[in-house]
Amino acid sequence: MNIIVLVKPTPDITKVRFDVKKGTVDRSSAELEINPFDLYAIEVAVKIKEILGGRITAISMAPPHGERALRDSIARGVDRAILLTDRRFAGADTLATSYTLAMAIKKLGQYDLILCGEKSVDGDTAHVGPEVAEHLGIPHASFVTKICEVSSKEITVESDYGDAYYTLRVKLPALIAVSRPLMFLSELVEPRMPRLSDVLRARRAKIEYWSADILLDIADPSRFGLKGSPTRVVKAYYALEKSRNPIIVKGEEGINAIINILMDKGVI
Amino acid sequence: MKWKGVLVYAENYSGKVHESSYELLGKARELVSRLGGKVYAVLLSSNENDFAKDLIAYGADEVHIYMVDNALLPNQLVHRDAIVSLIKEIKPRLVLFPATPWGRSLGPRIAARLRVGITADCLDIYIDDQGEIVQVRPAFTGNLIAHIKTLSYPVIATIRPKVFPTPEPDYSRNGKVYRRYINSLSSDVDKVKVIGKPKVKQIRLADADIIVSIGKGVKSREDIKIFEDFARELGGILASSRPLVDMGWMDRDRQVGFSGNIVRPKIYIALGISGAPQHIAGMKDSEVVISVNIDPSAPIAKYSDLFVVGDIYEIVPKLLDEIRKIRLTRRT
Repeated sequence: MNIIVLVKPTPDITKVRFDVKKGTVDRSSAELEINPFDLYAIEVAVKIKEILGGRITAISMAPPHGERALRDSIARGVDRAILLTDRRFAGADTLATSYTLAMAIKKLGQYDLILCGEKSVDGDTAHVGPEVAEHLGIPHASFVTKICEVSSKEITVESDYGDAYYTLRVKLPALIAVSRPLMFLSELVEPRMPRLSDVLRARRAKIEYWSADILLDIADPSRFGLKGSPTRVVKAYYALEKSRNPIIVKGEEGINAIINILMDKGVI
Repeated sequence: MKWKGVLVYAENYSGKVHESSYELLGKARELVSRLGGKVYAVLLSSNENDFAKDLIAYGADEVHIYMVDNALLPNQLVHRDAIVSLIKEIKPRLVLFPATPWGRSLGPRIAARLRVGITADCLDIYIDDQGEIVQVRPAFTGNLIAHIKTLSYPVIATIRPKVFPTPEPDYSRNGKVYRRYINSLSSDVDKVKVIGKPKVKQIRLADADIIVSIGKGVKSREDIKIFEDFARELGGILASSRPLVDMGWMDRDRQVGFSGNIVRPKIYIALGISGAPQHIAGMKDSEVVISVNIDPSAPIAKYSDLFVVGDIYEIVPKLLDEIRKIRLTRRT
């Protein structure tokens, strides 16, 4: 079983600082780590490998310091790690990102299953997984809350459609975007903490750096990066600065204050 | 041919059109008054008694219905093929999908197939002074808001449910209905088989007007009942922040936050929730926010209209008593 995990190096959202005026992220304020949703994708990959055997390859598209997230992926059970990093990849929206990832996957050749998190904590789109699947011409399931069954031919999952959960049997190769909380067979998936020995091993492991040149024989470079991105941010700002200027009360006084609001709003 | 008009994807995978489809039709009507062209609605349906009348009443000028076998209705690839072919045929300037899990899974497949841009989970969409479409969306777990233009055609966006009001339906409106039958399927459609529907969601937080939400301030699983009673007394729904879901105390469908449900009720009452960024991302657009927390420095204070410093175990039972008393005196 050849499993690919798409790992997005993202800043820790609880630590990152924002430039309130410019509406940008202060990139120096937090190191890049594995997007929390992708930790579940890695854990599922490891569990499937434990059952069916095979090899897990992690692919990231990020600046060079995204390497840290890939080393962490190796510590967590990934066998091979590829960092797509090149100025020509920069400024990519979901279309260009998904195209680049799809071309890297194609370049790898043989694959059975692609796993990723349902979305990232920085981009928030949930669009890249389905777009990768479409570029590759393979089926996908998003917002997957349970892996029910997996074999070398197909995977059965429960997917959250919004109003209900549906069970889908998907032929491999396929892409599965996992949600959380997530079940694998009958157990709750809990991303494992890497052991110290694995962390040390990962520190020495080889991370493969792929530039745009590696993909040129199969890909169209005009579809990479900003050039290949039809969407443009024209304005951005910090959304959480505004305080609601709360009325602050203590203890018992609060009961009356709450009741007043509930009456005012016609709740009681 | 010029790209004109707005196409709304009416979401139907279970025999029921998602309400946000009607919200999008209302917005589409408003947008065509600036953009020109028609409002189109597209729907896949397995039922002859379909929703064309409703879609016209809510604002569609043309409804395009693709009839499909019941078994294939929840298969996204069938929807992809129908929408892609319709977009190529009518060439709308803008295509709107509900940003439901279904819409955020289907929309990007269509954009990738057409090799065009797509903007996710928009909170607004407007026409700027140059007459261009601008999409407004959150990023970085709701910390940033970005305004985005799309250079390719059509512009495609998924729109968060409930950000636009549902228009008043007008059943005297006229519209054209085009009905086709899907006969041939793409070769990849049979790679996905829908084999079951294990659970229909009993609660839909996104639709709730009153939400009582609990967090780590709740000390044991048994105590949840106290807060459940309170929610019920208010006619609201009990929800929670992520830790209680992770511990298995609360169901995933009740989780408010970035990785759960993004809600915008009329009243949001946060009990024992400190306000981690991922929770704030899920509730900050609520109309009125009331929080009770023992910690006066809890970050949720900033996002509250009323912040009560106190113990939820003291305040909530007393509050419940008071409300019951008020209701009793009113009755007598």
